[in-house]
Amino acid sequence: MAPNPNIAVVGGGLAGLAAVIKIAEMGGHVDLFSVVPVKRSHSVCAQGGINAAKNLKGEGDSPWQHFDDTVYGGDFLANQPPVKAMCEAAPAIIDLLDRMGVPFNRTPEGLLDFRRFGGTLHHRTAFAGATTGQQLLYALDEQVRRYESEGKVTKYESWEFLSAVLDSRRMCRGICALDLRSMEVRTFPADAIVMATGGIGAIFGRSTNSVVCTGSAQSALYQQGCYYANGEFIQVHPTSIPGEDKLRLMSESARGEGGRVWVPKNAGDRRDANSIPETERWYFLEEWYPKYGNLVPRDIATRAIFKVVYEHNLGIDGRPMVYLDLTHIDRATLDRKLEGILEIYEKFVGDDPRVTPMKIFPGMHYTMGGLWVDYNQATNIAGIFAAGECEYQYHGANRLGANSLVSCIFGGFVAGPSALNYARNQSSATTNGHFEAERKRQEEINAGLMRAEGSENPFRLWRELGELMTKECTVIRSNKNLEQADGNLVEFLERIRRVNLSDRSMWANTSFAFTRQLYNMLQLARVIAQGARLRDESRGAHYKPEFPERDDKKWLKTTKAYFAPDVDEPRFEFEAVDISLIPPRIRKY
Amino acid sequence: MPEKPVLFKIRRQASPAQKAYWEEFELAWHAGMNVISSLMEIARNPLTRDGKATTPITYDSNCLEEVCGSCAMLINGKARMACSALVAKLEQPIRLEALSKFPIIRDLSVDRSVLFENLKRVKAWVPIDGTYDLGAGPRLTMEDQEQAYPLSRCISCCCCMEVCPQFNRQTGFVGAATISQVRLFNTHPTGAALKRQRLQALMGDGGIQECGYAQNCVEVCPKDIPLTRSISEVGGAVMKQAIGDLLRR
Repeated sequence: MAPNPNIAVVGGGLAGLAAVIKIAEMGGHVDLFSVVPVKRSHSVCAQGGINAAKNLKGEGDSPWQHFDDTVYGGDFLANQPPVKAMCEAAPAIIDLLDRMGVPFNRTPEGLLDFRRFGGTLHHRTAFAGATTGQQLLYALDEQVRRYESEGKVTKYESWEFLSAVLDSRRMCRGICALDLRSMEVRTFPADAIVMATGGIGAIFGRSTNSVVCTGSAQSALYQQGCYYANGEFIQVHPTSIPGEDKLRLMSESARGEGGRVWVPKNAGDRRDANSIPETERWYFLEEWYPKYGNLVPRDIATRAIFKVVYEHNLGIDGRPMVYLDLTHIDRATLDRKLEGILEIYEKFVGDDPRVTPMKIFPGMHYTMGGLWVDYNQATNIAGIFAAGECEYQYHGANRLGANSLVSCIFGGFVAGPSALNYARNQSSATTNGHFEAERKRQEEINAGLMRAEGSENPFRLWRELGELMTKECTVIRSNKNLEQADGNLVEFLERIRRVNLSDRSMWANTSFAFTRQLYNMLQLARVIAQGARLRDESRGAHYKPEFPERDDKKWLKTTKAYFAPDVDEPRFEFEAVDISLIPPRIRKY
Repeated sequence: MPEKPVLFKIRRQASPAQKAYWEEFELAWHAGMNVISSLMEIARNPLTRDGKATTPITYDSNCLEEVCGSCAMLINGKARMACSALVAKLEQPIRLEALSKFPIIRDLSVDRSVLFENLKRVKAWVPIDGTYDLGAGPRLTMEDQEQAYPLSRCISCCCCMEVCPQFNRQTGFVGAATISQVRLFNTHPTGAALKRQRLQALMGDGGIQECGYAQNCVEVCPKDIPLTRSISEVGGAVMKQAIGDLLRR
């Protein structure tokens, strides 16, 4: 029984920092691990806002309505009780963030302003300009810095998680990590660990995710015995800016503030967007979805854009792009509410979206799937908890915009206390030989990598992985292609054994660290591809034209993948979904 | 638009103890290239311009949307973010160097933890009572929000410190970013509870009086934060408090 347990939190984005704050506040000590200084975590990229049914616009909004929208938006795949708990907690989370100093936009009376987002008819999204994620992350980062200065938190920035240290009873006793500067492998004892390692965008090569979102940590835990749930559910954001190095997000808030999506009605119309008259524009989302218009959920908007571009052949200039138009909104409103994202478009594309309609296309954005957790955010391995995008719990088959920030913070607020309570009730391990054993195991992997004399360049292999996964495992899926994709992944796993690290130095060697991540990406990619192959239906973001309908009889089930080390590949189980609060109904916007 | 190959000159340094040297790289031109996408390309094909095998470049990066603050470096001598440095708009050869005023780690990567230490020193946080539900925060006017928000967009890239003539080992100057955060938290209704302590932390050696009003900071800031305005407001407050303290003695 440890009265002041030491908890290792891995990941310093919103979920990780939320967990840290709760643990420190409750009297625990935290070792906080992050590959980047935590203030630079991917949460900064969230733009549009955070959902909470505060009902400050006289629309009769309520946490129940938020809950219903979320479950319906997720096509009924999420277990309902934790989603309900999140929606009920959301208004107080907004209040807390407000008290921490987040500069949320205000109404003339000085209250929080709310805007509309996809998948709801209510103004439910609080926002700070168009850099809400940045502002939220900073608020939590500041509180963690305060605890750090009081000695309650020790940061290990520039350390990468390699594995959990498991004892002979397969209970987690700490973590094994790599110092990204000295390349030293070290173990850190902990009474419990909280994983908050974010998304997996790098598996798709270019995505809206940050460079560090590789999913490597989740994959390492999956290979150590954690279940990975609903991996096949990948969100493709309808509006991103295609780029060489990444697909930059163009926030849903652009549509929340009135942005309209359209294409020229005539294929091959080469006129400049502004000189195409209203009558010759096709506002296809407004036509197809009169009730929600441009604010249908992301999976639906993405498929609509694909249809217009690939079936109607109406992409701008014949290329895979459509217009997202803000030019009818006055400049002052745009600057007050959307400046951050307009600036990104201007800087990276060179056009001013206040004057010229933006050219956008769907891009991989988010994983609904992740580490399997129970309602206390505990994984199936004792002592390992998870929160944020790296777990699967809150979004079902499709996440609604502005629900990710609230799920990160709520998940962290549950995971932190759960981990601490677990730790307080544990006796300490009787032996500690497992630390040494795990460190040796990791050092052997490293030595093997350094010795490898092959010819494969890991960065080129990564590009191939990204192209494959984007093609076969995003918007439209087919069983034949998924089977082939999994075969390709097996080849990639062979090829990575013949890697050639052009850099063999033991100081800040990024190729080395990357190659370790890439191996884990490949293992996790198989979970995504095989999970998609198995699920013979269409639900939320998972769309298989061979099986175009949702099939609740067979597939209202959580996919649970686990790693079979003897055959080096995933195995699958399926678990019933808790639909005790809202009976499933047809999802039609 | 130039369609000939793109030339890079990159200052490399294997570790803090080793000597720096330059390497040249030639990449095929394509539309939309930026400095980070070019560094990624070099990693895929780590050969110098004269065909010699080399190692991929070590550099810091993360969001590639100019909001995480990671990829600051000297590009053609100017401190800026590499992700938003579009090749089409840069003079060639494009020279890349690590920021010069921070301890080097390797190649283009440096250690900027000094800023995070400074933020601790000035208690750059709102001292809330706890995370339990205490109801809504203080009301703010739209004007107050519009003043706070730009200050809160600081991405900790440290460009303002790199270009400041006073930011060096001799002065120990905290730099513009930290001072601007003091302004942000001192103007917040709850944050103001620590106002005296923050101003106190900016007095004496390395404090705000080290500022020489060169105004380089405000020029270079990628987020257009009104840094000189912050310095003059906080400077005035520090002065007022220092005189008050003197009279009270």
